[in-house]
This record gives sequence, structure tokens and C-alpha cells, in this order.
Amino acid sequence: MATVYYTTDHEYVSVDGDVAAIGITEHAQEALGDIVFVEVPETGKSFAKGDDAAVVESVKAASDVFAPVAGEVVEVNGDLADNPSLVNEDAQGKAWFFKLKLSNKTELDGLMDADAYAKFVEESA
Amino acid sequence: MRYLPLSDDDRKAMLDAVGASSIDDLFADIPEAVRADGLADLPRTQGEMAVEAALSKLAAKNVAAAVVPVFVGAGAYRHHVPATVDHLIQRSEFLTSYTPYQPEITQGTLQTLFEFQTQVALLTGMEVANASMYDGSTATGEAVLMAHRATRRKRAVLSGGLHPHYRAVVETLSDFAGMAAETLAPDPLGREDLISQINDETSCVVVQYPSVFGTIQDLSDIAAAAHAQKALLIVVVTEIIALGALKSPGDMGADIVVGEGQSIGNGLNFGGPYVGLMACRQKLVRQMPGRLCGETVDADGKRGFVLTLSTREQHIRREKATSNICTNSGLCALAFTIHLSLLGEMGLRKLATINHANACALADRLAKVAGVDVLNETFFNEFTIRVSGAGGAPRDGAEVIDALVDKGILGGVPVSRLLPGDEAVKDLILVASTEINTDEDRAAYAAALQDVLA
Amino acid sequence: MSMNKQGRPTTPAPARSSGTAGDRNNGGGDVAPETFSGNRGLSLEEPLLFEVGNLNSCGVDLPQPLDCAPRLGTLARETPIGLPGLSEPETMRHYVRLSQKNYSIDGGLYPLGSCTMKHNPRLNEKMARLPGFADVHPLQPQKTVQGALELIETLGGWLTEITGMAAVAMSPKAGAHGELCGMMAIKAAHLAKLKRSGTAGGAIANNSAAAAAAVAAAPKTVLVPESAHGTNPATAALIGYKVKTIPADADGTVRVDAVRAAIDDDTAAIMLTNPNTCGLFERDIVEIAKAIHDAGAYFYCDGANLNAIMGKAKPGDLGVDAMHINLHKTFSTPHGGGGPGAGPVVLSEALAPYAPVPFIVRDGGGFRLVEEASGAHEYGTGHDTPQQNAADPFGRLTAFHGQMGMFVRALSYMMSHGGDGLQQASEDAVLNANYVRAGLRDLFSQPFGDKPCMHEVLFDDSFLAGTGVTTLDFAKAMIDEGYHPMTMYFPLVVHGAMLVEPTESESKHALDEFIASLRALAIAAKAGDVDRFTSAPKFAPRKRLDETRAARSPRLRWQEDASS
Repeated sequence: MATVYYTTDHEYVSVDGDVAAIGITEHAQEALGDIVFVEVPETGKSFAKGDDAAVVESVKAASDVFAPVAGEVVEVNGDLADNPSLVNEDAQGKAWFFKLKLSNKTELDGLMDADAYAKFVEESA
Repeated sequence: MRYLPLSDDDRKAMLDAVGASSIDDLFADIPEAVRADGLADLPRTQGEMAVEAALSKLAAKNVAAAVVPVFVGAGAYRHHVPATVDHLIQRSEFLTSYTPYQPEITQGTLQTLFEFQTQVALLTGMEVANASMYDGSTATGEAVLMAHRATRRKRAVLSGGLHPHYRAVVETLSDFAGMAAETLAPDPLGREDLISQINDETSCVVVQYPSVFGTIQDLSDIAAAAHAQKALLIVVVTEIIALGALKSPGDMGADIVVGEGQSIGNGLNFGGPYVGLMACRQKLVRQMPGRLCGETVDADGKRGFVLTLSTREQHIRREKATSNICTNSGLCALAFTIHLSLLGEMGLRKLATINHANACALADRLAKVAGVDVLNETFFNEFTIRVSGAGGAPRDGAEVIDALVDKGILGGVPVSRLLPGDEAVKDLILVASTEINTDEDRAAYAAALQDVLA
Repeated sequence: MSMNKQGRPTTPAPARSSGTAGDRNNGGGDVAPETFSGNRGLSLEEPLLFEVGNLNSCGVDLPQPLDCAPRLGTLARETPIGLPGLSEPETMRHYVRLSQKNYSIDGGLYPLGSCTMKHNPRLNEKMARLPGFADVHPLQPQKTVQGALELIETLGGWLTEITGMAAVAMSPKAGAHGELCGMMAIKAAHLAKLKRSGTAGGAIANNSAAAAAAVAAAPKTVLVPESAHGTNPATAALIGYKVKTIPADADGTVRVDAVRAAIDDDTAAIMLTNPNTCGLFERDIVEIAKAIHDAGAYFYCDGANLNAIMGKAKPGDLGVDAMHINLHKTFSTPHGGGGPGAGPVVLSEALAPYAPVPFIVRDGGGFRLVEEASGAHEYGTGHDTPQQNAADPFGRLTAFHGQMGMFVRALSYMMSHGGDGLQQASEDAVLNANYVRAGLRDLFSQPFGDKPCMHEVLFDDSFLAGTGVTTLDFAKAMIDEGYHPMTMYFPLVVHGAMLVEPTESESKHALDEFIASLRALAIAAKAGDVDRFTSAPKFAPRKRLDETRAARSPRLRWQEDASS
């Protein structure tokens, strides 16, 4: 069973062993509106924490998705290219963006759990 | 002043409504030390009659192409534009509308852009085209940057057949953007070896078709060589009518085609405004700069058009945009589309044939003048001649062109004007001929040239 | 993830009443069409060229080509292009009908803030079409185009006089292109400074190690206020600058303290719009310019809003080093549905030497165009003409000499106004904006309080709070009232921004009607008449368009097999 962490940038990190699936939160997809384009990184690419890793676009906005933790890209979600609306339909399920092999699991300690994130969203509203 | 509707009474009443005692109250934020006291050093307001008289006098100091035989090309061409085109682009709704940000009330502009994009894609043999660029040279610069983005490389190779001013635009942009542009030597005969310059750092190869010297080269091998190194082929077309007679760049493997669209629908205008064309493969569309118009439906399900993929652009992406460009060359693109609608397939191909035939006739006639060598084996409507005087001594092309002016002929562009200081091209002249040239024009040119070279 | 934008709906809600699906391009619905043709009186549907034209139609009569042996090598076209043609009357009707779907400044008030949609005099069009200007080739021998060169020179003189600047580069093709020109001049000036001080040698154009050293040593950051036009950061980034954002003060302007706090050793320039995008004059501008110059940096001013200050303040006196001038805004050249524009750049003494080729110099009794950087040095001293005698041009921006057609129009406009008329135009533009402000201030909300504005007035959406009506809805309802909406959601720093620029071209009567319509709409919104807004526009050629669909599966050209 995966453990899910959240960032203040409205991304989630769903960790299963050494590998984490990364995407944007339900709250983020709602705020962005209709998603029209997603650009995912190439497999094999390595990121430091905070690097620009992917792009998600609505009609009027382009947002960078940052690597919330360091790691190497081991898999990307190819479905998003043809069907970006998946992000609106199932942001925290089928619409993960890419999977990272974690290089430093202690980085996860700085992230939020579901309750803390819910509170963060409420407070920043 | 006839353009200002407010009367002094209006102004007084409006200042009252605003709660200002004088107009200067409204400018109070301008620091006193730097407030200007009007524009006293400029002339005073003038009526329409006076302005028209003054500007007409200035216009009369120029030799308009209409009154003399003209054979000047090198990136701008004198073609006949039907009267319908100029009438339509002057309709209020086209002329005085803004960029179509409110699609519900700008479907006219949007649909014509969609037609334009389709026409450009068809002509160039590409999958998509944008809503136009400033002109052919800036489109070329943007295409090179686009290739850098798409390939994540930084080295462009420019053919020696590329218009020297286009080359300069690319070099300037490359210098400032921290990219490399390597240019081959000027290549009047079309004999350069471009392929050996392509390596795994090359982002793109830029080739003009036909070349600035007029030569027509099959680009398929260059495309294959570029693609083998995962580089892109950018084809530049400065005389777009040529594509009515020639195989399209897309058919030869081009990835991006840019061009100058002035020849269709637009006059010479001493260099601008013109209309830059840009088309590419579908897979490159998100790297493309400039406006794009796309088809969609409205709330009732009726077909309509909108500007789309705008997240590429500066107003959203800001410093991460594909380009800083905001406008296209809307009205010139409209002129292009209307003229091309009038021509259609049949008209364009016939027009291209006439251009080519007139140029062939001119080349044959000039070749008979002592001291003239026509360098090209192939050309469309422009070719290069070498001029020499008695005993075969090279003549200065610029002096020859100047002497032709005195005989009432605009005889072409001395290559030295584009490549000053290059002794190897000093005796070369680019000569263009379009549908406007008559047999009398050609005869007059040959006779005048004979005199000048004698 | 960075979320930087205010979301707004881009898919229209489906229309609740149906019955308009009889458009012949779209198949029918199963309900009876509103009309059988899909037309509605004078509002006519028009298919695409590709649906009405065909490959055998032609609207131009061309002579028979001469016989010749083709010299196209092996590359003669063998396949059809696929371009449909139309006869002349069909062409006329197709494009006239399309034109009728456009809003225009000739037809109505066009209050697009930051865009300056003013009256486009037809005298300008007539002058631009004089054969002596329109039918002249850019590469004709210079002795045959002395009038054209003189015209460019004269226009340059007006521009430097109006702005109080030393020089002008005429070739940039549009505002954003002018920005690029100005920022390139700034970068070139920094490199030249390093070269002179011996820190590094070599011109930027040569790829020597010395040039690389100069590039490495030169400052790399450009300061841009958060309220700036998107072109500013895009331009800076295009030529390799990092962008540092400066916050605006609570009153909507940039304070000198914020600029001082942002300046460091790496600061190359500031890009500031003045009057700014909130419609306010930057009061600290002189101090800001001084702080920037003290740091060895340059001041780029976005000249988009020049229309507010002609004869009232000169950028040269404010400490500006470079500023583009949108001839299509301030000087009335038509916007043409998105161009062509023209963006000459005025330059200070400090930047003048780096202006690009080509430029014009006086030569004996006439004018001469300097087209090559190598030819520039001999003209490197003194400014006997407003066109800069650049000693060290940074390069070339375009194939020819700039937007001549626009130059003629702009000069025709300036000569008509004269210096007195231009000042009056600015005063009237500012008065008109303030009159709109006064007419709406009790019903609308202003983000920075009720105080005089320059030539445009900025509202935010707080007056719509709780109504269920958004800025977008309000704008679309204006369409039904016969107005083009104002600029909305810009500047980004103001929530639900509505930026209204009436220009000096509007009469008091036109403004009274406009104000009355906007007041009625505000009252309706507050009264809960939400449907009037959310379903607007109802009376335009199209209802709201599905931008999401357009972006998700882009269709950027007509294709034979695609059915609508």
C-alpha cells in the first residue's frame, strides 16, 4: 500500500517502496480548470529536489510541475499526452505524471500528510 | 483639430464631472521638475489639404516602379495585385479591428486566419502554419530559435545561398541568445557542400529555395543528412510564387518552412510591412512562435474559430515563452489570403509559369549582350549575371546598376549591396522578372545594358 | 506546481435553449432551425474558402505564358497544391461577409486598455498608397528613393522631439521587436563598456574567447515589475537575461525603495512601463532612473502608453535610455486585426552608438542609408540627424528598412495634429478616461482607490463579489450592449482586472452612452440578473466558444476528410 505525501506546491508524492508517483492534487486540478496539455519528462532523467520536471497547461495558464524530491525518472504516464482531461477526471489516481526512483528518502520527511495538506489548502484559501 | 471630438465646452463640463479644476490636475503625478511645456518645436496642426500636398511632394521625389521597367528582386518582388484585394483589406471591419481576443465578435478575422494557415500549409507542403510573422527574415530567425528549442542544441548551419540580410538577422539573434550560427561562403553557383557541416551538435540547417542567387537545388539529400543527425531542415522561400512551379519543401523533407509572403497580395512599400510565413511538421507545433488560430464550436454547437495554444506565448508564459512576439502581420496576411483565393490553384500555377517564362526570355536576351554572363543553370524568376567590360575586365555591378538608372531602367540588385567588400561578387547582379515585365521592357533593358557595358 | 493565473472558464456552458443548429456547416439538430439557411437577416453564415471554392475557379485573368524551355532542373512541381479559387464576385462576397462578423473601431467604441484603439484617419491610407511610397523597392538605388529616406528621417525627427531622446532606430517591425532592439542595445552597451575598461575585448559578434569573457563578465539580471506586459520578461529572457520581479506598492506604482532593494552588481537594466499598466504615472520615475544609472545599468521604458503624455512629459527628461513607440497605438496606424505594427525605438546618448543597421545619414544634399555594420564607423560621430549615426551597430533586425507603410501613415497623422494637436490628444485621452472613472466610481471598484488616472482607468472585480458574475461574464455582456469589452485579467496583479482606455477619439456623447450601459450592467449584476451575464453574448455572430476543445485537440487547418 502506497503512502501519499503532499507539497505546498499542490503536488502529491505517492510512495511505494523506492519509487514514488508524482502528480498534481485534486485541489490543483480544480483551480486550474480544464487541462489541455501535459508535458512529462523523459525516462532516465535525474532531478534534484525543486527542479522543473513537467508542465501542465489549461487554456489560459501554464504551470511548472517541480520535482518534490530528488530522483531518477523510471516511468512516465504516456496516456496524458493523448488525454490530458484525465487530470481533471482522476488527478490523484490514473493521472500521475511520472515516477521517480527516490535518491534520498529522508526528503519525504519535509512533506505533508493528507490531513496537513487539507488544512494547508483551507488556510491558504 | 478634426480628429478630436471634444469641444471646449465638453472639456469644461467633463472636468467638472471629474472634480478637476484644470486639465493639469490630472497630470499632477508627473514630477514638477520634469513636466514638459507642450511640443512647441514641432509644426502646428494642418488641414488635410496641406498634409496631402506636403507628402505628395515627398513621394514625387522617388522613382516609383510603375513608371520604369523594373527588374529588382532579392527578397521583394513587384507583382500585380488585383484591385479587389486592396478594396477588401480597407473594409473598416478588417482594417480597424484589434487582435481577435473576443472571438464572438471577431470571427471574420479568425476565419480568414484559418484560411491563411491552410493555404500556407498547402503551399509549403507542411502540416501546420501559424497566423504569420513580421516578415521572412524575422521568421527565419524565429525558426532557428525554434529548432534550437526542439532539438535542445545550439548550432545552426546557414547555407551560403541564404539572403545575406536574412543571414545577418539570424546571426544577430543568435549572438544575443548565446547560440552559434555558422555560415558558409556566398555560393552563387550552388556548389557548396552543406552536408559535411552537419554533425551531432547541429540543431538545424538553413537553406534558401531558390537561393538568393536564383539557383534551384534538390534538398532531399540535405534533409536526409540532417535527419540522420537528428537535426532539422529549415527551408527559406523569399519568392513564394515559386512554389506554384516548384516541388514543395515539404516534399523534400523540410521540417520548418519560412518565407516572405509579400509577393502575394502585398506591394513593395519600400520594404514593409510584409508578411512572414511559417509552417512546420505537426510534432513541432508547440515549439512554434506566434499566433495560431484553431477550429472549435460555440455554446450552440456552431463551428467557430479561436486563437489557441496560447500558453506558448508571452502574455501567459512571460520569460518562458517561445518568443516575445505578440502580433502577426494580420492585414498583410489577409491580403495574401484574398489574392490567393482569387488566383486559386489554376491562377497561381499559371502566374508562376508566366514568371518563369518571362525570366527565361530575359536571361536569353541578356545573355546575348556582350559582357554579360548568366551564371545560373536553374532559376525561377531571378538569376545572377556577371558583368564585364572591354577585354573581359570585371565591371562593378553597383556602377552598372547606377548607370542603368540614368537610362530609365531599374536593372536589379548589385550583389555588392548585400555583401559589401566581397571582391568575389563585385561584378554580380541579381536580376528578377515577374509577370509585369513586357517584351518592350526586356528590349529596353538589353539595349541599355549594352550601352553601359560597351 | 506553480499556480500563477486566475482561472476562468474556457468551455462554455451548453446553451439552455436550443433551436439554432440549422447552420449548414454543422449538420442540424433534431429541433426545428431558427431559420432554414442558418442566416439571421443581415447576419450571414459563411463557409470556409475550401468549401465554396474549387481548383478550377480563378478570379484573375492572366495572359498566356511565353513559350520557353523550363529551367527548373528536376524540380518542376508535379503534384497539385490543393488551393481552391473563387471568381471575383465570389471573392468579394466571401470576404465582405466575413468582414461583417468583426467589431471595429470604425463601428464602435473599443475600450481595450493598453491597446489604444483610436480613430484611424483615412488620409493616412491615401498617403501610404501614393505610388512614390507604396511602389518603391527597398533595394532600388538610393538616388531613386531620396523622398522615402527623407520621410523616414522626418518621422524620426518627430519621434525624438516628442520623446526628448537623442536618437531613434527605425527598423523594428512591432512593439515587441522594438523591445528586443532596445534590450539588445543595452546588452551591447554593457559589453562595449567592458571592452573599453579592458575587462574583456572583442565585439559580441565574434566568437573569440575575449568576447566570451565579456559576455561572462557582463551583468545578467533585468528588473521587471510584476505588473509588466508579458513581452518584457519574454524579451529579456530571449537574449539571455534572468528576470527579477519587483513588487508594486499598495498604490499600484513601483517605489524607488523597491528598485534599490532589487539592484545588485548583476543588474543590467530595468524594464518599466510608464504610465504603467494600472493607468498610473510612476511618480518615483526620476529617482528610479537615477538609482539604475548609479548602478551602471540602463532604463528601458515600455512605450505602450505614450498616448497619455505627449507634450506633458518627455521620456528623455525622465532618464529613459531606450523606449519603443508603437506607431499602431499612439500614432493611429490601423491594427488590421493583429498587425502589421511598427516599433521604432528612441535611444539616449548612451545607447545611440549601438543602434542596428540600417540607418539614415545626411550625405551632402541628400540622404544615405547605411546598411552594413562595417560601413557604420565612418559615421560614428555627432548626431546631425535623428536617425542614429551608430558607431558600433549591434547587428541587423530585419531584411529591409522597417515598416515604411506605417511610417507614412504615422507621419500623416502627426503632421495633421501638429505639436499642439498631439498635446491636445493626450489631454483629451486622459480626460476621457477620468470621465469614465467619474461616471462609474460609485458602482465599480478601483483597486488603488478613487484617484486620477492617466489615459486608462483600472477597475477590479470586487464590485461583483457575491453576484455570481465574473469579469469574463461582465465583458461578454458588454458585447450584447454593442461594445467591445475592455482589457480583462490584465494586469495580472489586480484580481479580475478590467482596464478601460477610451482614447481621445470618443465624443462626450459616446462616453455618456457607454457609461450608462456599464452602469446598467453593474446594477443588473448586483440585482442578481445572472443569466444576462453567464449566457452572454446572445446577439453576436457566435456565442461563447469552446477554447478547451480548441486547445485539447488542435485543428489548425482545414482538411478535406475532417467533418465539423
